[in-house]
This record gives sequence, C-alpha cells and structure tokens, in this order.
Amino acid sequence: MLTRRRGLAAAGWIGPVARRLGAGLIVLWVAATAAYLALLLVPGDTVDVLIADGIDTPERRAQIIAEWGLDRSELSQYTDYLLRLLHGDLGRSYVLQRDVAEILSSQIGPTIRLALTAAVFGVVIALVLALTTAGRRSWGAGLAGLSELVAVSVPPFLIGLLLLAVFSFTLGWFPVSGDRGFVSLVLPALALGLQIAGVLGQVLREGLERALEEPFAVTARSRGITEWRLVSRHALRHALLPAVTLTGWFVGVLFGGAIVVEAVFGRPGLGQLTLTAVTGKDMPVVMAIIMLAAAVYVTVSTIVDLAYLVIDPRLRKSG
Amino acid sequence: MTISDKEPALGQKPVRTVPPARQAPDDSPDLPGLASGAALGTVPGGEPGTEHRASAPADAADAADAADAVDEAYVGGAVTGAGPRRAAPSIPRRYGASLGLVLSLLLLAVSAVAALFPGLLSGTDPLAADPLHALAPPSAEHWFGTDHLGRDVLARVVHGAGHSLGIGAASILFAAVLGTLLGALAGLSPRYVDEPLSRLFDVLASFPELLLAMLVISVTGPGTGNVILAIGLVQLPNYARVIRAQTFVVRRSGYVEQAVTFGLRRPVLVLRHVLPNILGPLPVLATIGMGTAIIATSGLSFLGMGPQPPSPEWGSMLSEARNYLRIAWWTVLFPGLSVTLAVVSLTLVGRHLQRRFEGRLS
Repeated sequence: MLTRRRGLAAAGWIGPVARRLGAGLIVLWVAATAAYLALLLVPGDTVDVLIADGIDTPERRAQIIAEWGLDRSELSQYTDYLLRLLHGDLGRSYVLQRDVAEILSSQIGPTIRLALTAAVFGVVIALVLALTTAGRRSWGAGLAGLSELVAVSVPPFLIGLLLLAVFSFTLGWFPVSGDRGFVSLVLPALALGLQIAGVLGQVLREGLERALEEPFAVTARSRGITEWRLVSRHALRHALLPAVTLTGWFVGVLFGGAIVVEAVFGRPGLGQLTLTAVTGKDMPVVMAIIMLAAAVYVTVSTIVDLAYLVIDPRLRKSG
Repeated sequence: MTISDKEPALGQKPVRTVPPARQAPDDSPDLPGLASGAALGTVPGGEPGTEHRASAPADAADAADAADAVDEAYVGGAVTGAGPRRAAPSIPRRYGASLGLVLSLLLLAVSAVAALFPGLLSGTDPLAADPLHALAPPSAEHWFGTDHLGRDVLARVVHGAGHSLGIGAASILFAAVLGTLLGALAGLSPRYVDEPLSRLFDVLASFPELLLAMLVISVTGPGTGNVILAIGLVQLPNYARVIRAQTFVVRRSGYVEQAVTFGLRRPVLVLRHVLPNILGPLPVLATIGMGTAIIATSGLSFLGMGPQPPSPEWGSMLSEARNYLRIAWWTVLFPGLSVTLAVVSLTLVGRHLQRRFEGRLS
C-alpha cells in the first residue's frame, strides 16, 4: 500500500462491518418471517388452542378473536408482529397465559449456566488432549483420536444416560436430576461438553500438526526451543484460528444439545421450555425461541468475523 | 505425515477437486466471504460437516486460493520437514487405519443386512411382549436380554436398524437432491437469484440442528415421514453451499467457456458439462452426513417426535429404557452401542473417502 488513509477507513473496517451488520439484520428478518410462516402452517385453529379446556361458546370465541386480533388479514397481522418484535414485545404464551419475554428470562439462567460450564469443560478437555498428544506417534495420540471420534459419534442424550448409570446410580457421586447447585451441574455439563471436546480436539490436533511441520517450527527447533514450548507458545496460535471459526457452531451445539441434556437430567431451562412449547403447539413461545436462536447466532457470528479482522489484517483490504 | 507418505504425492499429481481453470486471473472474488472463505480452507481435515455449517458460504475463488495455500504448505512440509523425528515407518499407522476401515465396512454391511432383511439376523418378533420375562438379563435364549415388556432386545435392535438407517438415508437423499438442485441454481443464476438463496441457506444453517428439526416437527407433527423432512431440511444447506461453490468454479472453467463459444444450448451445457462436474463432493458429504442424520434421528425419537411406539427405533428404545437404567443396563447398552458404532463407522468411511478425494492418499 503506497497511499495511507487515516482512521477507521484506512484500516478498511467500515465496509466489512457494515456488510456484517446488514447481513445480520437480514437473517433476523428472514427468521421472523419463517417463524410467522410456521404459525400460519400449523394445522388446527388458533382459537381452539386458546380455548383449550375452557368453555366453548360463540361469545367466548368472539371475545378471543377480538382480544388476539385474529379477525384481521394475515398481512396486517404480520406487519403488526414485526412492529411488536421491533419493540421487543414477543407476545403472550397460549398455554401459560404469560408474556413470552417473561417466561424466557425466567428459564434462560439455568441454560446459560449449563452451557458456560459445558463450554469450559469442553475447551479444557480438548486443549489437554490436543496439547499432550499432537505431533506424537504414540498410543496416547491414537487413544485420544479414538476418544474424540467416539465423543462426536455418541448422541448427547446417550452420554448423559451413561454418565448417570456410572456416576449417579453405581458410584452415587452426583444427584440424578434437578438443579441444586454446582454438584448437579457437573454431569449435564460433561454430557454437553464432550460433544465440543471431540470436535475441538480434532480441529486443534490437525492445526497443531500442520503448524509443527511449517518452516517456523523447524527454525524454532533449530534454536533449541523445547518441544512443549514450541507446541504451547507457537503452534497453538496457528491451531486456534480454525477453532475460532467454529465458535458459532459450538454455540449451536450447546443450545441444541441443551434440549436433550435437560430432558435427560430433568433440569429446568430453555431446552425444557422448547420441548414443552413444541409438543404443546404453544406457537408464541416457539416463535420467540426461533428469534432468540437467530439473534444469538447473528451476534456470535458477527463477533467472530470481527475478531478475525482484528487477528488477521489481510482480510480488511476489501473495504 | 511421513516422507514415505508424501513422496508419491509429489511425483504424481494429486486428484484435483476443482478443475485447473480455477486459477484463471479473472477468478476475482465477487462476494468476499470475509474470514470464512479463507478459514475454511485451513480445516479440511476437521469434522467436515461442521466446516460448512459453521461459516458463511465459501466463495469459490477464496476456497480455491485457500486450497492452493494448503497445497503449498503441504508440499513445503514434505521438503522442509525432513527431521529425524519423521523418519519412523508409517506401516503400523497405515495398518491401523485400514483395520479400522475394514471393521467399519463390515459393521456397515451387517447394519445394512439388519435394515433390509432383519429376519436373517433375528427370528424373534420385535413386538412380541412376554410380561413374565420382563427385564430379564442377557441369556442363551435372549442374547441381549429383554425390555420392560419382555420384548427381545436383540430383535428390537436388529429391526430398529431399518428405522434408524432408513430415516437417515432417506433424509440424506432428500437433502442431497434438493441441495444439489438449489445449490446449482444459486451458482448458475444471476446475483438477484443467488443472493436470496444463499441467505436462505445461511439462515437454515444458522439454527442448531436439533432445534430446527423440532421446529419443523412442531408444524408437521411427529412421525417417520416428518422426521425425514425435518432432518433433510436441516442438512440441506451443507449440500447447497458446497454445490454452489463448486458450480462457481466449474462455470468459469475452460471447458465450459469453450462449450459456450461452440454455441451449445444452455440446458445441454448445464446437464452435460456442469452437472457431472459439480457432483464430486457428494459421496463424502453424504457418508458423513448420514452419521449426523442418525444422531439427529435418535435424538428426535428420544424426545418422542420420531416413529411412534411400539416401533423399534434405537432412539425411542433408549427413551423407554432410561426409566430402567438402574436395574436393566442391557436395555440401554445395546441400542446405544448400535447408534454409536453405526455413526463411528460412517464417519471413518467418510474420512477415508475424503482423504482419497483430496488426493492425500496417494
């Protein structure tokens, strides 16, 4: 680069950032529309769902239709829905008759605790496996590779069942179900974290082994650096980049896996909420969960892409 | 990688996944996929299903650049990495890998037989209840024991293969066919068609798999056909994105341009020259995707959204068995082992195909 511009534009930040934010908004809009389409496609009459066990009289029907605005055209209901979303209003649950935002915020805590603990477990296990075995032709490396393969191949609910069988029923170390402090968090978080550990371990080992064959590794070795220092200080940086790309996917795994893991361990949380909403056809809650998942994805992937711009300046050129 | 692994690869040109024309100077990226495109190329050996899911669509040119970079690094490693550490013979490792492969293929063959002709492996009726012998441990009569209704677990596992593998295969077929069509459509169309389609793939791929499948089920209701639809939709973007990127590369290749100058009609061009050349990655994607689909199927059935009882599906067997986990380990172990082994085998075979496909296995 011969000419230097100043400020943000010089670094080529504005273009990529604006593009990312625009794309994120489009994803949210598509998700909202898909959620609304799902509502329209659900078989059965909304009024029937709303009446549920109540008295089914024409007056009651008319009252419900007026109350929920069901007599207006689909298009005006759709624009109304989008406007309410913009104001942060997620609607009311058919079944629980409470604001969806309120329900979500009451259930999100346990799930976030579970997901964060699982993420910590997963990252620690993957780092230990990859750092201790990468680049070595030993039975340890083979064993680590095999366990990673098994960890990604076993469905999370099955890991949960096996952990329960061993640590709760046989050894009696951990409670079987419920949400009572950290002790009850260990097994669910492990069941969820092993999924991440398997994939992350494979990606890290692959990256480490590739980095260890590059010229800089040879140079470092020729300077007499210890193998451990080479792996942990120099090779790990290179290996971490592809792992960062997968962050968005990891968040998805944590969120999706929470549904089954919470079911296995009988924990409260967003997963249980999703399950009951889907089985009970509580569409406002289902739609809110769609929006929440989309928002989480957009946020995470935007952060990851921006993190790349920070890490690797070469990507900023196309501003 | 050892030297002995690499030497033949140097002499012989590795199987190219993309035609040589990708290096043409006009291959400039029109949709820079920010970090994703470049980063994608750096994890070709990681779990392949995840790469495509995790990032924005790899721009064709970016992917090609990244592939070149990987090739270079790979050749460079062979030249410079001639340390004494790497001189060890690679025979045990190769042997180990092929042993795993043979075992996997064998297991898959057995599963296929179980799925297609369950009667050959187990003569017992999977639905025949025998309450007097409920929860009996494995014995000569019932090799895998019996469940809470006294049904033979072996028979249920064998008959369950048809449900689990059948749903997996059907959903992959759905995803591959529709994904190829949509991906090729996006890749061949002008930007105003390509852009919305790609965004749609992005949104579909952005959802956690199980959540998206559950959302589809919430509209359609549970059942075998609906599970196939749900999992097929979840898997769709993997195929569509890869095929789209592949189409970008192919349509700029020399032979397609040549065909255009010869005045070939567009349908003929697409069917005869573009389509056969974009299908290359499908076998790898489908094999590994089938493993993912089986996991997803068992998860949905575990939550009660799959084939309804008393159908013997592995996931729903596990769901019933979890109440007897404390007293009857065999009702959990055998269906669980079946799911795991099937997925592990598919993943191993898929990785082998992938290595061959990338030309790393000389």
